[in-house]
Amino acid sequence: MTFSVQILLLLLLLTTAAGAIMVKDLMSSVLLLGSYSFFLALVWAWIGAVDVAFVEAVVGAGLATVLFLLTLFGTAPKDTRLRRPPPSLTTLIIFPLLGVLLLYAAKDLPAFGDPNSPASVHISPTYLEQSYQDTNTPNVVTAVLMDYRSLDTMIETVVIFASGIACALLLRRQV
Amino acid sequence: MVDAFSAVFQRPNFLTFVIIFLWGFYIMVTRYNLVKKLIGMYLVQTSVIFFLVSISVKKGATVPVLLSTTEPVQAASYANPLPHVLTLTAIVVGVATLGVGLALCGAIYREYGSLDEQKILEKLE
Repeated sequence: MTFSVQILLLLLLLTTAAGAIMVKDLMSSVLLLGSYSFFLALVWAWIGAVDVAFVEAVVGAGLATVLFLLTLFGTAPKDTRLRRPPPSLTTLIIFPLLGVLLLYAAKDLPAFGDPNSPASVHISPTYLEQSYQDTNTPNVVTAVLMDYRSLDTMIETVVIFASGIACALLLRRQV
Repeated sequence: MVDAFSAVFQRPNFLTFVIIFLWGFYIMVTRYNLVKKLIGMYLVQTSVIFFLVSISVKKGATVPVLLSTTEPVQAASYANPLPHVLTLTAIVVGVATLGVGLALCGAIYREYGSLDEQKILEKLE
């Protein structure tokens, strides 16, 4: 039962992604992209990543859509090219090859939801077991983000600041 | 051959990741409209993050928030928190870079009056 709900959410995810890609009108495309982000947040909430789901719903579905819409209001909201030229031969060879290679690698990945996968047994049990003694925070994600990796999170604001400065410099009116 | 197929279909998240990643990448390469290219870039970013979060799933595990703070913690009953932390940072940085890309699109449109790659190239010559 739980697995089938996940399959349904993944199908919705693929449908909205396909819509965002195939629709001609860029405005509808961007709004479909917002719903794609929202379904992505739902999938993440379903598989237990609630903090990531919050961030995706706020930053991905909210902020990214607003940024796209602001750009489209300032520029042309239509993809003016009515007929697309066919893709080149290299593209047609490389992409299926890449897809086959990626899917071939699926056999070596740990099974979905395997509690003994390498990612889950190496260091993460230590964080789960000791974070409450170390940081007094029941939410382990917050404990790691704001305590163990607090410098990383602090310097991340520099990245946000730099991108804000870059946007302001690019969009100022007089040169 | 059958093994490979069943291995793929037992990992629906990985299959979804591959489809969205390659499709977004393909859009980035083949479309001429710059905003469409950025939509493809956003799909590539989110698909990779989706793959990383899928690694953190454990069967029968719950959200990584401790249910009881007095009893010793059973690590197997909580999802792996580390991919969540790393992807939180990646989402925010990804949207920040997307904002810079969109600002560049706006600047290009003001300068050349179009977002179509070919028309911009014609005007450049």
